[in-house]
Formats: sequence, C-alpha cells, structure tokens
Amino acid sequence: VLKLLAQRLGLGLITLWAASVLIFFSTALLPGDFASAMLGQAATAENTAAIRTSLGLDKPLLQRYTDWLGGALHGDFGTSLASHRPVMDEIKPRLLNTFFLALYAAVVAVPLSVFLGVMAAIRQGSIFDRAVNVGALTSISVPEFFLGYVLIMFLGVHYRVFPVLSAVNPAMPFGTRLYFAFMPMITLVLVIMAHMMRMTRASVLQVMASPYIEMAYLKGLPKWRVVVQHALPNALAPIVNVIALNLAYLVVGVVVVEKVFVYPGMGQMLVDAVSKRNIPVVLACGLIFAVVFILLNILADVLSIMSNPRLRHPR
Amino acid sequence: MNNWDELQKAARTGKLTRREFLGRAAALGVTTSLASGAMATMSFAADAPKKGGTLRLGLAGGSTTDSMDVRTYTDSFMMNVGAAIMNATIEIDPDNNPIPSLFESWDTKPGAAEWVFKVKQGVTFHNGKTLDADDIVYSFNLHRGKDTKSSAAVYLAGVDDIKATDKHEVTFTLKEGDADLLYSLSDYHFLVVPKDFNDWSKPIGTGAFKYDAYEPGVSARVVRNENYWNPGRGNVDVAEYTCINDTAARMNALVAGQVDLIHRVDTSTIDLIKAVPNLQLIQKAGGYHAIYAMRCDMPPFDNADLRRAVKYAVDRDQLLKALFNGYGVIGNDTQIPPTDPFYNTELEQYKYDPDKAKFYLKKSGVTKITAPLSASDAAFNGAVDAALLFQANAKAAGVDFPLKKEPADGFWDNVWLKVPFCESYWGGRPCATMMMTVAMASTAAWNETGWKVPAFDKLLSDAKKEIDHEKRKQMIWELQRMTHDDGGAVVPAFKSWVDAADKKVKNYQPYSLYDLCNTRVAEMVWIDEA
Repeated sequence: VLKLLAQRLGLGLITLWAASVLIFFSTALLPGDFASAMLGQAATAENTAAIRTSLGLDKPLLQRYTDWLGGALHGDFGTSLASHRPVMDEIKPRLLNTFFLALYAAVVAVPLSVFLGVMAAIRQGSIFDRAVNVGALTSISVPEFFLGYVLIMFLGVHYRVFPVLSAVNPAMPFGTRLYFAFMPMITLVLVIMAHMMRMTRASVLQVMASPYIEMAYLKGLPKWRVVVQHALPNALAPIVNVIALNLAYLVVGVVVVEKVFVYPGMGQMLVDAVSKRNIPVVLACGLIFAVVFILLNILADVLSIMSNPRLRHPR
Repeated sequence: MNNWDELQKAARTGKLTRREFLGRAAALGVTTSLASGAMATMSFAADAPKKGGTLRLGLAGGSTTDSMDVRTYTDSFMMNVGAAIMNATIEIDPDNNPIPSLFESWDTKPGAAEWVFKVKQGVTFHNGKTLDADDIVYSFNLHRGKDTKSSAAVYLAGVDDIKATDKHEVTFTLKEGDADLLYSLSDYHFLVVPKDFNDWSKPIGTGAFKYDAYEPGVSARVVRNENYWNPGRGNVDVAEYTCINDTAARMNALVAGQVDLIHRVDTSTIDLIKAVPNLQLIQKAGGYHAIYAMRCDMPPFDNADLRRAVKYAVDRDQLLKALFNGYGVIGNDTQIPPTDPFYNTELEQYKYDPDKAKFYLKKSGVTKITAPLSASDAAFNGAVDAALLFQANAKAAGVDFPLKKEPADGFWDNVWLKVPFCESYWGGRPCATMMMTVAMASTAAWNETGWKVPAFDKLLSDAKKEIDHEKRKQMIWELQRMTHDDGGAVVPAFKSWVDAADKKVKNYQPYSLYDLCNTRVAEMVWIDEA
C-alpha cells in the first residue's frame, strides 16, 4: 500500500507541475494586465507604466515563471499586486473560510446522502424511495443561486430565522459561525446530495443482485443487516469516488453560493484576482485548487482499493 | 432673514425649527407645497442630531484587491471607508457647489492661475498631531510627480506647484488658469493624511471616524472620533461596512434588517423596497451617463451629417426606461447633466425623429454604415440589450448599422478608443469644465469620440480662466452648443442615484454628485429609533 501511495503522490506532483504551467501561461494569454485592469478607464500611459515597472510586469514571461516557481518551491508565493501583502497571508483567512464551509456541508451531506441512499435501496420502489429521488433531482436541477434565493426568501426575509448575510469573521465564536454559515451550507448540501445519494442507491442495488446476497437472505438475516453488512461494503468503491468529486466541488466550485450569501471564501477572491489580473493570487489559488483536487482523487483511489480485497492483494 | 434663499439656507444649517421655518415661509408668501418640498432636504433644529448607535452599511464596489491607500481607490466601498477616516480639503454640497472642509477659505486673482487657501486651525489627526499646511502639501503630492501610481494624477496635471506659504496657508500655482480648481481638489482621492505617513494598513486622518478593522472586499469597521472638528457631524458611535456586490443580496440584507442602508438599488425590483413601510428611498439625478461614442476621426463618422442623423435616430425615452427603468433624465448629447449649475437650458432637445434622421442621412451621402456598434456589458449593466434596442429604433428611422457583441473581459484595453462606434459610460464630473477637459478637449487621453476642434479647446481654456460668473456661463453654454451640434457622443440618459435606508436613519440627503451623500453618509446621518 505504501508503494502505491508513493506512486500516486509522485504522479500527483507531476500533475501539479503541469497544472502550474497551464495556469501560468494561460493567465498570460489574458488581454491586459494588472496595471491596466486596476486603472480601468482611468489609465494613462504614464501611470500604467509606473505601476508596471514597480511590480516587475515588464520582465520577460519565462523569467517571471521561473522566478515564481522558485519562490513557490520554497513556500513563497510572492506578494499580491494590489495590497503588497504576501499572497499566503491574504489567502489564508479565505482559505480557512472555504474549508470551514466545505467541511460543514460535507459533515451534513455525506452521512445524510449515504443514509438516504441506503434507505432508498432497502425500500426500492416505495413511496419513500420515490420521494427522496424526486426531491434530490429537483434540488440538483435548479441552479444553486436560485436555491439560495428561495432559502433567503423564506428563512431570511419572511421568517427571519437565519441571517441573509453570511459574512463570517475570524472573531466569531464557533457556534455563531455555524449559525451564520447555515444557509450557504444547506444550499450546498442540496446541490451535492443528489449525486451521492443516487450513486449509493444504484451501487447498493447492483450488489444486491449478486448471489451471495441471496445467500445472506437464505441464512435468515433481516434486510437491513444484509444491506449494511454485506452489500454496502462491497458497493463502497464507486460511492467513495463520487464523494471525493463532490468534496472537491465544495472547495473549488462554490463561487456563486459565496456571492449570493456574501460569504468571504476563495471563489470570490479568485474571481476578483482574475478580473484585476492579480496574477500571484490567481496562481496561488489555482495551485491550491489543484492540490485539493489531486489529493482528494488520490484519497478516493486509495480508499476504493483498500475497500476491495481483490485490489488490495493483487495477484 | 427676508428672502426665500436665506431662509432655506438657515433652515438647512439647522438654525430654525420646523415650525419657525413654515411660519416665516408663509410670511414671505411662499406656498405651502413649495415650502414642504424644500423641507424634505432640511434638518431642523428640533431634529438635532442624536449621538450613538451603530450604522450598518451594505455597499457594492468592493474587491479583494482593494487597499486603504488613497491612490488606489476606484469604487464606492473604499471611497466611503476612506472618507469616514480622512477629510478632503474641499467638499461638494447636495446641489454641486464647493464648500469648505479642511480648507476653510480661499482666494484667487483674475486669470485663476494662483490660488491661496487658508487651512482650518485647531484640527488634530487621530494620532494627536495638529494639522498644518505641510500635511496638506504632502497629501496632494502623493498624486503628483512622474512616477505616481495615482489614478487621480490627471486632476493635478495642470498644477505647477503646491507650496506651504505659511503654517496655515497653502498656495497652488497652475500652469494655466482654472476657475474650477475647487472641483478638482474635491476629488475623492485627495484625502489628507499627516506628513510622511505611509503605513496604509492603519490609515490616520482627521475624519469623523477612526480606523478599527478592515478586510479587503469583505468588511470594514470604524469608530467615532470624539475630537472631530466638524460639529453636527460624526454622530454614530460605530460604522460597519459590509461589502455586498450582489444586487439581490444587497436588497435582501436591507429588507431583512441586517444592514441599515444600501446604495445602487436595483430599480427593476424597487417595488420590493417600496412595499416595506419602514424603508425610505433617497434619489437624485446625477452625472452618471451611458454613451454611444462615434469616432469623428474614423470613417464613416468623420461625417458631421451622419452623426446628426444618428442623434435623431435615438429614442431617448425608451432607452431611459430600458437602461435605468426610468430613474433618471434624458440626455442631450453634451455629457453635461441638467443638474450642473452651468447646464445650457436653451439647446434644442434631440428627439426621435425619423424624418430628420433620413434627411441628414441623405445629406451625408452615406448609403451603408458598415462600422458596427461595439457593445459589451463591461460598458454598463444591460449595455448589450440597450444596444439592440438602439439598433432596432435607428433601423426603423432609416439609420441601419450592424452590432458587434464584444467580450466584457479586456473591453477597455482592446475595444474602447480603438473602434469607430462603441458603448461606454462616464461617472460624471462635479463641473462642466472638468467633464469637457477629460472627455472632449483635443488633448484629453479619454477623448473617446476623437472629436478635435481647436475653437473648442481655445474657448474651453478661456472659460477655465474666467472668474466672472456671467461671462463664464455664456462661454460654457457655447461649448455645450458645439458638442451638441457637432460632437460624436450620443448620450441617451443620465442615471439617478438611488439609495435606500431604514427610516430610523435620519438626515440622509440626496446629493447629485454621487450617492451615499457624496461618500460621506456615515458622518452625515444619525440614528433615531423612535
């Protein structure tokens, strides 16, 4: 298993490097640069040039890449062009916010969708099964900002149970943070649940068709034990994969939800950074997203191999 | 106090109670409806400012790339936070006139090339330092010089020298006279910090509030400065700014009571706010306008008759509805708003007139306009839809041009100023000569219509030097006539600023220059829960 892990991590590093090249040179293709984006309509030749020189934007592209890569290897991601603070200092609070929200949503969504999926599989074809399916499909079929606005309308404006602004800050106690982040969390849960729930249901049902399940029934086991002890462990591999993909989405794909609830996460920061051409921040965000994706995928691979004895002990 | 103007002035500065004002107005023979109309903008002695409370502002125009450095301000969020902490030297009142702030008085000679300003005495910075002329010179010099990064450098380009001529006196020497210098100095970038100050992570000013906390693109918090020099202002204990760029989120936050005031109200869903009894709307037409710029130095719009034909092919009333839901006033292609003290009221108003459009089109000899109108939502919200409407109306009037949708990203770099026909916008300028200098003079870097007329430049430069009010007015009117008749700008409409607030927020006056009391709302208002 260790050898496997090392191999995957090595591959991950190569992917990461490829991603950094891709991010760096594709951002260089964008029209305009920080100086002109910052000044917008107020740009003149003089003040644009002054900003460019002071930020080293006049250096050749390749040199900028090697400079940046060298720094990044030492954990130095450069300074933000806008605030002149180190990029990591700027990203850190937002990164933590994003992880917080992702974890919050995951803690609710993963057990809930696996549970509902298993229940739906046990009661295949029942009213419960159908209701859960319809509900999940509905929530995944409408755009997430719409879900957000509907929640705001009922829970925020009409009944005023939860705050419509989820502007969390580091000084908030943990409980308050949970309260403020509740509505974006629910929105995300609704968005990712359908995928995981249906995958759980489908793979459990697939395993349920195999002969050894029939054997378990014949032993006289109750249905729930058959499903939970015999079917679920063997159905785990595809479920873990889907969960990993959805967790990655929670980190990298939530910009719309952040915007609707004014949640200070990474997504909004990346959008601002791209539109202002604040390249060091774009690069760092891109790299962090790549790391999250790669790690979660490695984790999913490893877990699905571990859950399958045939893959665990290849012959 | 025997005339109406003086009476209003006294009432505006809080010298009278409501009852006294109405009584004296009646004695002057002013009708009740006129008097009560005027009262809407006044603060009476009886409604004396209440101290205390927390004001929560939900503002758009913030970004994670923002910083506290005054040289980098580009949008409302930082403009407001900066203005709460730091003072300007000159402010602009609700009707667009310059009024004293840290400069308490000024004087200039005919020619308007040398200005002497008296610095207000007895003002202290948050760090205890006393304000003097050196601080002000330092603060202005942040925006001057060859390698300044300030986007406001252009407003001081005509300044030759700024000197502290006394401990409390600053003298500006200009390269060329400018009677409207006061307006330039009122720009939101020109806030005053102590001499040699450069730690922008903790800004220090003379303002109504002291810096407390700030996270770019998220929030800011300022607390009341107990020693504020401007009585009657700086009433709330704390002002909390939350950056809410999403329009719907901003409206929701106000309706749900999570913020006390917002700006840039979405006029298409404004009924949502009107339906809530404890909310008020604050609105006034300003200088912000959409523009369709025809390049007078590129074919086919180097033809004055063709430009006229286009101007008669614009249905301005419809565009006003489409662009701003009717919250604004129609334009007359001069880029000078009707709220400007020097607005030319005698120009013929361009109306949608297919006959005239066809007449001028025929006269121009142009049979087919091949240059497309470059449209993009980067120019302003809904710009592409508005362009479609404009195109359809113009086509019905016989003026047929193609449309090209440009990507919003990179619009200002790759399209604007480079194509013959282009959408754009202007935030407006506090006075007519400034607007003309940045957008219409031959030398202007952002002369987006490429309209270059030596006679206009000459008259503009003369008008700027003229300090006699009547003569200036005539000159500025003539300048507007020139752009109206011959220029390449189509200005369909000027937009109104629309803010909304809880009714407990008192003394929230509409300003024509900019929304949020021209960025100073936090120090102007007070909270009265009753």
